[in-house]
Amino acid sequence: MSTEKNKPTVQTTGHAWDGDIQEFNNPLPTWWLWTFYATVVFTIVYWIIFPAWPVGGDYTKGVMNEITYKTADGKETTTHWNTRALFLKEMQDAREAQAEYLKKVNASSFEQISSDAEMSAFANSTAKVLFADNCAACHQTGGDGVVGFYPNLLDDAWLWGASFNKIQESIAKGRNGSMPAFKTRLTEKQTSDVADYVLSLSGESVDTSAAKRGKSIFTTTAGCAACHGNDAKGQTSMGAANLTDKIWTIADVNGAATVEEKRAVVMSVVKNGKTRQMPAWKERLSATEIKMLTFYVHQLSASK
Amino acid sequence: MPESPSFQERIEIFPRSVKGRYRSLKTSILVLAYSVYFLLPWLRWSREVGPEQAVLFDIDGRRFYIFDLVVYAQDIFWLAGLLLIAAFLLFFVTGLAGRVFCGYFCFQTLWTDIFVFIERLVQGERNARIRLSQAPWTNKKIMKMGLTHFLWFSVALITGLSFTLYWGNAPELIVQMIKGEAPFAAYATTLFLTLTTYVMAGLAREQVCTYMCPYARFQAVMFDSDTLIVAYDEARGERETGRQKPKKGLLTSAERDNASVGDCIDCGYCVQVCPTGIDIRNGMQYQCTSCALCIDACNTIMTSIKFPTGLIRYSSEHELEGKKTKHFKAKNVGYAITLLATIMLLVWSVATRSDLEMLIQQIRQPLSVNLSDGRVQNRYDIKINNKTTKPIKYEISIEGLDRAELDMGRFSEVTVPAEGSVKLIAKVRVLPALVSHSRTNFNFVINSIDSKVKQKLSQQNVFYVPEKQLSH
Repeated sequence: MSTEKNKPTVQTTGHAWDGDIQEFNNPLPTWWLWTFYATVVFTIVYWIIFPAWPVGGDYTKGVMNEITYKTADGKETTTHWNTRALFLKEMQDAREAQAEYLKKVNASSFEQISSDAEMSAFANSTAKVLFADNCAACHQTGGDGVVGFYPNLLDDAWLWGASFNKIQESIAKGRNGSMPAFKTRLTEKQTSDVADYVLSLSGESVDTSAAKRGKSIFTTTAGCAACHGNDAKGQTSMGAANLTDKIWTIADVNGAATVEEKRAVVMSVVKNGKTRQMPAWKERLSATEIKMLTFYVHQLSASK
Repeated sequence: MPESPSFQERIEIFPRSVKGRYRSLKTSILVLAYSVYFLLPWLRWSREVGPEQAVLFDIDGRRFYIFDLVVYAQDIFWLAGLLLIAAFLLFFVTGLAGRVFCGYFCFQTLWTDIFVFIERLVQGERNARIRLSQAPWTNKKIMKMGLTHFLWFSVALITGLSFTLYWGNAPELIVQMIKGEAPFAAYATTLFLTLTTYVMAGLAREQVCTYMCPYARFQAVMFDSDTLIVAYDEARGERETGRQKPKKGLLTSAERDNASVGDCIDCGYCVQVCPTGIDIRNGMQYQCTSCALCIDACNTIMTSIKFPTGLIRYSSEHELEGKKTKHFKAKNVGYAITLLATIMLLVWSVATRSDLEMLIQQIRQPLSVNLSDGRVQNRYDIKINNKTTKPIKYEISIEGLDRAELDMGRFSEVTVPAEGSVKLIAKVRVLPALVSHSRTNFNFVINSIDSKVKQKLSQQNVFYVPEKQLSH
């Protein structure tokens, strides 16, 4: 039996061309053939269970493969197996898994969230996505804003206040920032003097006598102090900027190289004023989403 | 024209049982291997945190528990080390002693062994099995065949089930599986392994080694003339006139030598015991798995007729040619050194693994931000992994930045849960006048503030100040 198997016999297909050219027959091993049959059986089972064949304008749906899923709006759908339903089912599972954390965040104060490493990490990673979808268009992906247009959220200068409550209010209700234009009320010289004064507050070296003249225009003639305060430190209640620090959100003083250029950018803002609007998000985002965004933005900020 | 079949018909093999040194060795390896494989999932182990199972591969938790060692996802490169060791061990052993793995340790060999044992238990010895297979289908044959396949399937099922139990808490998982509450993956794995075991060890058998196994084919590359092989001593077995049955005048080895007749009495026992159905007397063949059962068979016969044993034995091509076998060749020594080095590296890596891991990445969007007091701030994502089984409190600080402020929010001291991790954000603030380069290296340092565990880890990162803000 075994010796037969080992005899070096070569089978041929039996044909002979030109008298002596023959074709070897190397038959398939049995296991290979049966594996092939098994794949055929598998295919048939697959056709029965899964959507497979086009029939007219329709297709076979498969049997015993229902998927039931619930969408975010609570609508329940049962359908035959398909990858879209599978995806929606996975989304439902993910929502349900997230719900537990969301509930915890909802029930906690900002203080509690910032003292709990796990909750902080959850709020940050969830809000990062919300931020990218809703806020990054203006404030940029990293939150560094655009000078002259959109405030930088990473620094410690906050026009409307840096506390959790103030940030939450800014996101939910939006903000209208408005600085009036002074080009009709102040002469070119007066504007230049005010600009020198404002620059001197941030430690820029300017003509001291011009700055002195500017101070009196600032506090009395033009009435800048009404919003920015007598000390020019601004007022968060009306979104008036602090002019004494080194942060410039509208006039790009830090980007200018010489004192003349710096004066020019400040004068431009004084002359033309600035009106900015932050839209309200309470209609578009849920209270929990706004809460997590508030936490995230507060975490971005350098304010304590 | 002769009919040519579209596939190669399998010639069924009915291996005969044999007793002897190698059979005993193989049986003890089999008992040991089976004991470990089937019982290990049930072995309990006490840990401060984690499951009570000694060996558990927890895919969901991303951890492998192996007695007192917990392997995390980050340690996956150990797998590369393990595979390297396995490869070099295989090369080394094969170069030295041939297909030792095939003959003694391969699961195909072990499970085929147990399936053949069941077959013999139910249907009897080789001759009885051949008779039964050729007999017409009577009730008795159906009974015997049915029982054999039922037992095969049971062993296959237990095999598949045991494998599955390594991936979950065994006592819990088995109850879940019986109740129908276990995850789909558990059923699928069990079914798959049950079927493959049944098909490979029950039906396909030596075809797996002959046709499917790549190792069987590339082993030849590792062989040389000094490699140990199971070989028939042709010079002694055949002499000048070949094999002959024992008869008067040819009853002892000495008489046969005088008559130039080989010592092989052509009893065929070596062929009957072969699980791959070859005749070892034809020389080395790729089907031979070096199971050494033909050695036991031949020695049994030689002893019973009082001939010297060893007509079939572990030998090498050189030895058969009458030369000396050289075991310590450069190739084998090289494999051995590489193998030892790899083992030492892996052991070193496992033994010196830090139980504390810190991952710090500078936030790059933006790299820096200016603050109202003129300072520059950089932010960093920090992840701390605690690989111990206790929660540990850490203190985070920085070193190497002159008068810098580190703001960790509420987490300048943070407790990392046992076998857990925390993600934090660090803000570092520096006055640009105090740094002289755009990029300054400094260190984050974490210290455990726990009376029992002393851990300290320092990791370098970089503080960035835009070029134009530097004072020079």
